[in-house]
Amino acid sequence: MGAVFAVVLVMVGVAAALALYRLLRGPSTLDRVVALDVVVVLTLVAAAVYVAYYRDGSNIPLLAAVALVGFVGSTAAARLAVRRERHR
Amino acid sequence: MNPVAAGPVADVVSAVLMLGGALSCLLGAIGLVRLPDLPARLQAATKPQTLGLSLILLGTALRVELASAVTLVLVVLFQVITAPVISQLVGRAAYRSGGFPDDTLVVDELAEHLPADAVVGDEQQPADHDELA
Repeated sequence: MGAVFAVVLVMVGVAAALALYRLLRGPSTLDRVVALDVVVVLTLVAAAVYVAYYRDGSNIPLLAAVALVGFVGSTAAARLAVRRERHR
Repeated sequence: MNPVAAGPVADVVSAVLMLGGALSCLLGAIGLVRLPDLPARLQAATKPQTLGLSLILLGTALRVELASAVTLVLVVLFQVITAPVISQLVGRAAYRSGGFPDDTLVVDELAEHLPADAVVGDEQQPADHDELA
């Protein structure tokens, strides 16, 4: 069972590294906003794996809070990124 | 402790669900790197991630007690509701800032409503509408 968690975390880590590549490489600001949203979801996934491994449900309200706050961050960045790029 | 969570069957089911969820997240991230332009990357960034998160949270819900499992359903609901909103906002922002190259659109129905932002007419000066971007 521990091996399953290790494999899951390695896959999530590789996915986060790929999203980091898009964050660094992405030719526009919106590409980077999308990559950061992917990183937020992967953070949720890793926190859920932690909860599953320790069978301890006391961090689950943290997941709900991160889901909401991550959404607000991506929305604000998408909205403000456009104005700045167009009025350059 | 949830009586379902204590058995070995629940362990196997939860392991399969979590592996499936992690695989879906990884495929979404591969799509994020490999797809050619922003609208395609939006698809890869939201749909497989939502599916992967749902599968992993379902696997987690089998391992914790029932009251916490209900909160996990709430997290899935938040993600399902907010991912399309992000897609729509980023897609529209990409349309207005030139993220859609000229040859990728077959039908452009938004050009009638946003004439100053239309994909072919990008050399005009920007219109300052303050509507919802």
